[in-house]
Amino acid sequence: MNRKQKKMLARILITAAMLVALSLIPLRGWLRLTLYLLVYLLIGYDILRKAGRGILNRRMFDENFLMALATVGAFALAIYDRSGDYNEAIAVMLFYQIGELFQSYAVGKSRSSITALMDIRPNYANIERAGALVRVEPDTVAVGSVIVVQPGEKVPLDGVVSEGCSSLNTSALTGESLPRDVRPGDEIISGCINLSGLLKVRTTKEFGASTVSKILELVENSSSRKSRPEDFISRFARIYTPAVCYCALALALLPPLVRLLLGLPAGWEDWIYRALTFLVISCPCALVISIPLSFFAGLGCASREGILIKGSNYLEALAQTKYLVFDKTGTLTQGEFAVRGVHHSAIPEEKLLEYAALAECASSHPISRSIQTAYGKTPERSRVTEIEEQSGHGVTARVDGVAVAAGNGKLMQKLGVDYVECHSAGTVVHVAVDGTYAGHILISDSIKPDAKAAVSALKAEGVTRTVMLTGDRKRTADEVAAALDIDTVYSELLPADKVERVEELLAEKPPRARLAFVGDGINDAPVLTRADIGIAMGAMGADAAIEAADVVLMDDDPMQIPKAIRISRKCLRIVYENIGFSLVIKFACLVLGALGLANMWLAIFADVGVMVLAVLNAIRALRCRAPRRS
Amino acid sequence: MKKTYKIEVDCANCANLMEAETKKISGVANAVVNFMTQKMTVEFADGEDEKAVMKSVRKACKRVEPDCEIEL
Repeated sequence: MNRKQKKMLARILITAAMLVALSLIPLRGWLRLTLYLLVYLLIGYDILRKAGRGILNRRMFDENFLMALATVGAFALAIYDRSGDYNEAIAVMLFYQIGELFQSYAVGKSRSSITALMDIRPNYANIERAGALVRVEPDTVAVGSVIVVQPGEKVPLDGVVSEGCSSLNTSALTGESLPRDVRPGDEIISGCINLSGLLKVRTTKEFGASTVSKILELVENSSSRKSRPEDFISRFARIYTPAVCYCALALALLPPLVRLLLGLPAGWEDWIYRALTFLVISCPCALVISIPLSFFAGLGCASREGILIKGSNYLEALAQTKYLVFDKTGTLTQGEFAVRGVHHSAIPEEKLLEYAALAECASSHPISRSIQTAYGKTPERSRVTEIEEQSGHGVTARVDGVAVAAGNGKLMQKLGVDYVECHSAGTVVHVAVDGTYAGHILISDSIKPDAKAAVSALKAEGVTRTVMLTGDRKRTADEVAAALDIDTVYSELLPADKVERVEELLAEKPPRARLAFVGDGINDAPVLTRADIGIAMGAMGADAAIEAADVVLMDDDPMQIPKAIRISRKCLRIVYENIGFSLVIKFACLVLGALGLANMWLAIFADVGVMVLAVLNAIRALRCRAPRRS
Repeated sequence: MKKTYKIEVDCANCANLMEAETKKISGVANAVVNFMTQKMTVEFADGEDEKAVMKSVRKACKRVEPDCEIEL
């Protein structure tokens, strides 16, 4: 609690105690009025002052005005009919203040809990000067400086490890709890926490351009893009408050006048009382506070899971996602080529790999690199002679004096070697040793381990259609799609074709459904912007993706996509619950008040009670569970 | 030019009012008040003296919400 809140709490407690004391002491007449008036002013002076200022600034019709009018009215009625029952006016003010205090406390609490979780801003960087470590502001460190990160410290700037080995906790950035190991030469991202060893890091970016600054900027600006419910509420509040004030005025004036005309007693007090009750019920606080709070909690909860959403409008759109379009490489698959198998080998597989690796040792093509990786040892170049690159076909060489040819079918044909076609999708490297066929090596991109689970989790979250776009060959694409249960595949696409396909899908989808595109942010920026929601994956350090996308997944785990949709749907559900719940209760109580069936006690409970429940419900959006893996 | 200021405001509706008022001040190109992060981002029109503009922003905000505070 801050100072303001403590002061308020004291005022509430004193007022409550004095109300009890005054009800026990039998007082009459002026003394009673004076004492009650003092209590009323104690609890309500700031509301009265604000209402007065509002009138002076021609800005009436806010909730202060409503409360001031209602309580002053109730007080005046009590004086007028000499009932001496001043409790009602004071109680209304008291409960209103309790509600306000609760609201400011709850909002402050959830705000600080979210900001604490998002507290990834590093406060200092260590620089070695004359053998001693000096702490400096991160934004004063120039690109290319060497900083020292001790165990337990946050990495303040992006850079490359120049000395030391350690593991990093990236959970604040990615939501991934598994530590990541780094060695000299590895890239390191600001905002991670160094867990075990001392690291020396050569910085590659200024503080303003480093990952942690980008993320903070994104998160802090995120709640300024408003969603439809938020817009609705602010427009609603602008019309609603004056409207209920006029309704209350009508309620106070019209029925008594009609009754006078009909020759009945006017009953002014009764109708004015009803009008005042009406005013108390009508206060729109529950809606005005709980909707932005729900969205803020939803955005905060998502960022904690490593899902950065650029605004509550995207949170809303994400909840309505029905079409999900994936890019294949890097999104559903690893984006790295690796040896999947050695087939029809006439000699031991390791031997075949060794021959191929040695023959290909001069090449830096991704295919040859994946063979080198599978071979696992550094090829000894001295064993290889007569390396001849056969452009578009492969390579021929002598390994330990034996003629080795490694390449595609065309190379085998050219050399007059009979070869066996491979039935699996991927790139095939045939190997011939000493002029005879020795088998082939299958190389392909592998599907991410969680991709299938992610696709089925998405269907469980209400996605009706999944589509995969890829520049890859049809056979490979079809195989991946079949393995993952993807509904539609478009293969052999150029980047421009991808935009075209997405536009076709946008045109054919039902109007209320949203289309999300998930890509790794590399060369699919146009598609990311064209889709209703662009989701960039594995964006640690990729600035272009952070710029182009609406939702950024820090991790490249596909399970993050259903998680993001789940969080957004939960948040939106809470928002609509709150809107529906508060409006229904409000209108029901308004009708009861107008009919004279509700007194001011019920009115204030309706107002404060609904607000407390709506705020508690909104805070629920802060907590998120991982989607079930089916 | 854009600048962000820390603010103190207690109610969400007041924050909306502050935003609306700030946008009306001459010299302000755009303004966003973020109630949840308690921050106000003001985009100044070209060639405006931010300090002078912020003074009138603060005055206007104080008028709609006497309890608010803008840390200049």
